[in-house]
Amino acid sequence: MKETHQAHTAEIAPPDEHAAEHVAAHVRKYVMVGLTLLTFTAITVALSYVNFGTMKANVAVAMLVATFKAGLVAAIFMHLSAERRLIYRILIFTGFFVLGLFWLTYLAWYNPIVR
Amino acid sequence: MEIPYTVAPRRDTGLWNAKVGIWLFLASEVMLFGGLFSAYVFLRLDAAPGDWPHGLLNVPVGTMNTAILIASSVTVVLAWAALKMRQFGRYRFYMTITILCGVIFLVVKLAYEWPQKFEHFGARIKESELVKYEQYLGNEHLLAKGLAPRKEISGHLHNSQALHDPNIKEYEIALDPVNADPTSPKMDRPHFFYVPATNKIASVEKADVEYANMFLPKHSAYFATYFTITGLHGAHVLGGVLVFCYMMLPASTRLYRQNPEHLANRVEVSGLFWHFVDLVWIFVFPLFYLL
Amino acid sequence: MDATTHPDPHAAHPPSPGSGAAGDPHHHHGEHEHHELGFWRKYIFSSDHKVIGIQYGLCGLVFLFFGFSLMMLMRWQLAYPGQALPVIGKALGHFFGPGSMPDGKMTSEFYNSLGAMHGTIMIFLGIVPVAFAAFGNFVVPLQIGAPDMTFPKINAASFWAFAVGGVIMLVSFFVPGGAAKGGWTSYTPLAVISDQGPTYNAFFNGQTLWLVGFIFLITSSLLGAVNFITTIIQLRAPGLTWMRLPFFVWTQFVTAFLLLLAFPPLESAIVMQLMDRLAGTSFFLPSGLVVNGAPVHNSGGGSPLLWQHLFWFLGHPEVYVLILPGMGIVAEVIANNSRKPLWGYKSLVFASLVLGFLSFIVWAHHMWLTGMGSTVSAFFQTTTLIISIPSVIILSAFFISLWGGSIRFTVPMLFATAFLPMFGIGGLTGIPLSFNSADLYLHDTYYIIAHFHYIVAPGTIFALFAGIYYWFPKATGRMMSEFWGKVHFWPSLICMNVIFLPMFLQGMLGMHRRWYDGGQGWNLSNEKVWSLTGFQWNTPISIAAWCMGLAQIPFIINFFWSIWRGKKVENDNPWDATTLEWTAPSPPGHGNFIKEPVAYRGPYEYSLPRRGKDFTMQNEPIEAGERTTHPSTEPVLHA
Repeated sequence: MKETHQAHTAEIAPPDEHAAEHVAAHVRKYVMVGLTLLTFTAITVALSYVNFGTMKANVAVAMLVATFKAGLVAAIFMHLSAERRLIYRILIFTGFFVLGLFWLTYLAWYNPIVR
Repeated sequence: MEIPYTVAPRRDTGLWNAKVGIWLFLASEVMLFGGLFSAYVFLRLDAAPGDWPHGLLNVPVGTMNTAILIASSVTVVLAWAALKMRQFGRYRFYMTITILCGVIFLVVKLAYEWPQKFEHFGARIKESELVKYEQYLGNEHLLAKGLAPRKEISGHLHNSQALHDPNIKEYEIALDPVNADPTSPKMDRPHFFYVPATNKIASVEKADVEYANMFLPKHSAYFATYFTITGLHGAHVLGGVLVFCYMMLPASTRLYRQNPEHLANRVEVSGLFWHFVDLVWIFVFPLFYLL
Repeated sequence: MDATTHPDPHAAHPPSPGSGAAGDPHHHHGEHEHHELGFWRKYIFSSDHKVIGIQYGLCGLVFLFFGFSLMMLMRWQLAYPGQALPVIGKALGHFFGPGSMPDGKMTSEFYNSLGAMHGTIMIFLGIVPVAFAAFGNFVVPLQIGAPDMTFPKINAASFWAFAVGGVIMLVSFFVPGGAAKGGWTSYTPLAVISDQGPTYNAFFNGQTLWLVGFIFLITSSLLGAVNFITTIIQLRAPGLTWMRLPFFVWTQFVTAFLLLLAFPPLESAIVMQLMDRLAGTSFFLPSGLVVNGAPVHNSGGGSPLLWQHLFWFLGHPEVYVLILPGMGIVAEVIANNSRKPLWGYKSLVFASLVLGFLSFIVWAHHMWLTGMGSTVSAFFQTTTLIISIPSVIILSAFFISLWGGSIRFTVPMLFATAFLPMFGIGGLTGIPLSFNSADLYLHDTYYIIAHFHYIVAPGTIFALFAGIYYWFPKATGRMMSEFWGKVHFWPSLICMNVIFLPMFLQGMLGMHRRWYDGGQGWNLSNEKVWSLTGFQWNTPISIAAWCMGLAQIPFIINFFWSIWRGKKVENDNPWDATTLEWTAPSPPGHGNFIKEPVAYRGPYEYSLPRRGKDFTMQNEPIEAGERTTHPSTEPVLHA
């Protein structure tokens, strides 16, 4: 373990040079992503006043935009764009079950004997 | 033996303990909100046309709250970055903004949005009596346009004792614009800005009403899901704010002096939780406010 | 998961070989406990995984016995319906309050309460805490060579959330109207409208407390699951690669994932049912609901089926939560007592992973009677049949492991071998239930009761007993008595079968599981069910159940006697086992191991050729030219 215990000195353990540079390079990106998210929030609101024919189509469009926004948050803010394999595996596993939950609940609603 | 990998990553997984832990926790949170959203899907698909209301929530306020949450997501990641670069002052600055954003979000929700709903009244008319209230519902107009019918007359309840007094036989409602002028093409779709109730008063007989109540969770399946999901989401926001407050306490400053990486890890982990809360809201906002 | 483990910088010092790791526990204590913790911090509010495991275990055993006692009460009503319970009947009537057992005669409401709470307590307060939390907490860190769980404080929080949930469940017996009556499944809309009205408190009523208690229990399981998975991923000892993990660790790993991902949807459903009860919403109440001839004044628009979907989304994985740790324990005990490597280790691991995976997409087979369409039904029948394959693989592997072994019939081994046919009966009788057409007839009969009890009672609970007898010396440093263990085992095995075998017949003859007088009051069934071919089966079943209660007394005495007076272990590895927990002192001190353990080989290296003893521990280095049963492509660790 790398951490040093300097409880009684005023000196703070210096950052890992490489990591600090890496982080500094990302700060601008975080702000840009934040602005993109705000823009897309406005776009979602605007799109909801556009008639895409049916409500289902409107829902689909809104969910597409929301998924894109969620993807940005997950990939950049939550560092998923460069995360370890283990985390991906946990998430893929989870995603499978969430989809199963939605899909089968929908199916069970869709295909009963009596309505 | 001490517990290893609390700060430095384990070599084969490349991760420190809390990071694995928080992602597992978030996986379970995904399933928690997944259960709630699948309930939303289930109930909404099950609802007959016209039974799932639109445009009852205040869109500008909701949009503002969305923006606030997104901003706080940016500041929390900036706080983490500042800590990584050992800029403690900046870290505290960004953290304060994050906490403020969370508090504003909660205040807007609890002190403005929810109470506004609690004061609003809606009466769902029985299927057989819809024709009787055609002047407030405009269903012929909607049918001609191929839109879902209106079944509810909403607005400000003038005789509020009618809710509890069985001797009062009708509700007197200061109508919402939608019911005041139902055939206007402007009312086919919800408004962006909130429009207050008009002075036009309609009286609705209790015998014609299927169910009537203030816009409480019990009012309809829509409000039940809305209050449950936003309530649970709000509880998560509150939890996040409390954790961030802990990050500002002297204990955390001491930790920074001892082992800044450890504090950075804690901020990263709580930040991951915060981003997840933001991510849930990104779906809540269109599903309830816009669609 | 990542299959490569690189040697860790910590492994600088040479590993200690085999049983030589016994060491001096006192020396160990002195090394780590610079300041002595007080009694409260050390034994009550401890964050040490071993103490928490034992806390979970003791509480869970108490709850198991309590839940079993509820069933013994119910069995009186089933055997002698409407008759006053002699001797203790009146006292119990006073204890559980008015409406329970006036003059020792059980009311139908109280019978329903007992049924609901028996299920809830046995599953969520008994088996899950013992099988998953207790054994997982105590054994897993030791088996993977870790000093503790990754998050000790969260671990303690998990236990205390469980304790609060348990207390709430118990308290619900004593509120006006008694405990929840909706069965352990709490099906809506009945569960939503039950325990409501002028005689009930709005919050302190059975069903609401059941829901609130559940939120605590779920929280506890979630915290536990996060902790377990992280621990297994992060804290494996150097050299302990995934394919060198004991099978028990694998089953706990899969179980933790099931809890992690299956419980939250139920939590959301419970929040919704709480909203239905407290805020008057209609998540699970359909429009136009009529109760006792009067329409219910609610907004409607909800769906009772939604509850069933969300409940069984947990409910089915929960079945595997109950059985998988049991399988893990049985695997350890069988390998140890047959003195043979576990047969088909890899297929066992993959079978348990597939089992966990599939358990998420079979849930609607609990809902055949809801009128779902044939498409959905066909899908769930198919997945249900497929899921029997990994179960059969696991069971077969255990049987084959016995083949040609030099079996020692120790008490843990007796329980583990009894597990195999009992679980087999339970599993095979489940296959008719997976077919929609057969289940339409068998649904909610005693056939179901017999089927799942064969899996959890003589299945999982026997496995738990095996685990208790097996790891007792590690936890206490003393052995449990072999003799009294056998006195415990044989009557238990016989009673189990006398209880549950006739239930298959009763069920096939149509006896419904919720009849509170055992079928006496149902004219149509009188001939067939109440007195099956001239014999009234309910009575011998009940007598067997009470005998089974008596048969637990030797266990209880043996357990407590052995803690203080049992035979001391001669070394840290009394069973001549191979896994890492037996290299730690008995009982292990804080931090568990004296020297950090390093694993060089697979978990079940029994009877290797050219060795003086018939077991080779995981921390014994590979010798030149040696071939192991678990050849590894990963770099072998040499200090």
